[in-house]
Amino acid sequence: MKLDDVQRIAHLSRLELNQAEAEAVLPQLQAIFSLVEEMQAVDTTGLEPLAHPILFLRDLAQPMRVDQVTESDHRAENMQSAPAQHEGYFLVPKVIE
Amino acid sequence: MSWHNTPIALMAKALAAKEVSSTELTQYFLDRIEAGKQWNAYLDVNAHLSLEQANKADKLISSGKASKLTGIPVAHKDVFVTRGWKSTAASKILEGYQSPFDATVVANLGIPDENNPHGAGMVCLGKTNMDEFAMGSSNENSAFGPVLNPWNSAHVAGGSSGGSAAAVAAGLAPIATGTDTGGSIRQPAAFCGLTGIKPSYGRVSRYGMIAYASSLDQAGPMGKTAEDCALLLTAMSSHDPRDSTSLADSGEDYGRYLNQSWKEGNANSAKPLEGLRVGLPKEFFAEGLASDVAKSVNEAAKQLESLGATLVEVSLPKTKLSIPVYYVLAPAEASSNLSRFDGVRYGYRANEYRDLNDMYAKSRTEGFGAEVKRRIMIGTYVLCHGYYDAYYLQAQKIRRIIAADFQAAFNQCNVILGPVAPDVAWRLGEKSKDPVQMYLEDIYTLSTNLAGLPAMSVPCGFNGNNLPIGMQLIGNYFSEARLLQVAHQYQQASDWHLRPASEVA
Repeated sequence: MKLDDVQRIAHLSRLELNQAEAEAVLPQLQAIFSLVEEMQAVDTTGLEPLAHPILFLRDLAQPMRVDQVTESDHRAENMQSAPAQHEGYFLVPKVIE
Repeated sequence: MSWHNTPIALMAKALAAKEVSSTELTQYFLDRIEAGKQWNAYLDVNAHLSLEQANKADKLISSGKASKLTGIPVAHKDVFVTRGWKSTAASKILEGYQSPFDATVVANLGIPDENNPHGAGMVCLGKTNMDEFAMGSSNENSAFGPVLNPWNSAHVAGGSSGGSAAAVAAGLAPIATGTDTGGSIRQPAAFCGLTGIKPSYGRVSRYGMIAYASSLDQAGPMGKTAEDCALLLTAMSSHDPRDSTSLADSGEDYGRYLNQSWKEGNANSAKPLEGLRVGLPKEFFAEGLASDVAKSVNEAAKQLESLGATLVEVSLPKTKLSIPVYYVLAPAEASSNLSRFDGVRYGYRANEYRDLNDMYAKSRTEGFGAEVKRRIMIGTYVLCHGYYDAYYLQAQKIRRIIAADFQAAFNQCNVILGPVAPDVAWRLGEKSKDPVQMYLEDIYTLSTNLAGLPAMSVPCGFNGNNLPIGMQLIGNYFSEARLLQVAHQYQQASDWHLRPASEVA
């Protein structure tokens, strides 16, 4: 991993790092990834990835709930914590000129 | 009357016998919280709301509608959303956030009402401090300052449920909820001399639990005794249709085996654990384990033997690999879960920005702490095109091997015994500069989360500096009641769990 990679993944993560911060985090990420590299020595040919522990236990199909309304309208409560709002809509900077 | 060293099982009897009211108990703990601020265990307390709940609990008790837990105060880790208290997951990005609803765990334990007829009737004391978004092993990553260990305030309380652990150890709550993604109930419980259990994945609803790594996160109780944990876990767990990973409700009483012998019909009261096979994984007692921790855990194993158990050596060959596997999978899931914090609908929004993308980036950069940003970046990297197969898929494949290794071990034993952590609580600041060194501390706890198994921490001794040591009991899927039985029988024959924290009056 290089400094360019750090800035690239920061950008993809919607995070900003200045040069000094990127330089500080680079050796930490390098150390973590050298630990992660230990995984490459394991032969996993033919093994299915395990995304979820319960899938190991039994092959459960994703439970689906009935397609019906279960929640009433909580718009006012849900808007309470909005950083900026106007007439029940979230306010964000203009995205279309 | 002093209530802060009283297990909730006894508190419940005192409430039922009207020796004390819920209002008195709640006021007692609120006074202690006020006097015990130095631990930084709580992030939000609302005495008025707690006393209002206590009043309702007292009415339930006098009208004969009480459950076993009605009127008993409980503290909730700040990762659970709660109506009335702020919910921040100890992050600046959620500072001041108030949830419009209760997490299922909070509702299951709380005062029953028309929306929540099955609430256990417990009284919420407030929200406990934690590592930001549950990312950490020391509780030094909270945006609101570290939690101090009531056994020695120069030392960490452990993470990420450190606030819950310190609150119970300092007598600021009789019991608390925690969550465990890679050891976050067991390790702070061990560091603070408590008993805590992470149940099987899917036992407890994750609805309203602010998500870190969804395939690993699981909530559980942290208290003084195995019996208390059984009481709380029984009330916490339920099937929840709002959580698609929640398992069918078994309606289990997790305390049903506590006072029974392991083998049905065994009348030998001196050997209640006769027939129990305890597996000691050789990888858990290898290099890196502090000698005083090894000594205490080995003595605990001998004590179980003297109670009738048979000790067998087992092997969990991929133990070391659980660290890289965890630190790929958990950040990958975290980078996805934390993408919802963008400053649009809730939480922190930066004051100045150019456009929408700049608003996202500045809000997230200013709102998240260093460890959270680091894990988001790791997660983003391992999910990138070109790295996905080598890191993320490879980690998921090794996860399957780790889960299979446990099943091989359980062919030879009923429970697995080992240390919770390689050492006792370290000094504040000692490991915070080096994330890898911190990650290595999770070596004995991560694999059970990867496999989704239940595991618990039980106090089993002290090191030379009077800091608590915990042993870990790991069970097969859905064997919580059996784990709690073994822990309870051990606690009938030992007193490590009863000793009050040294700095607590």
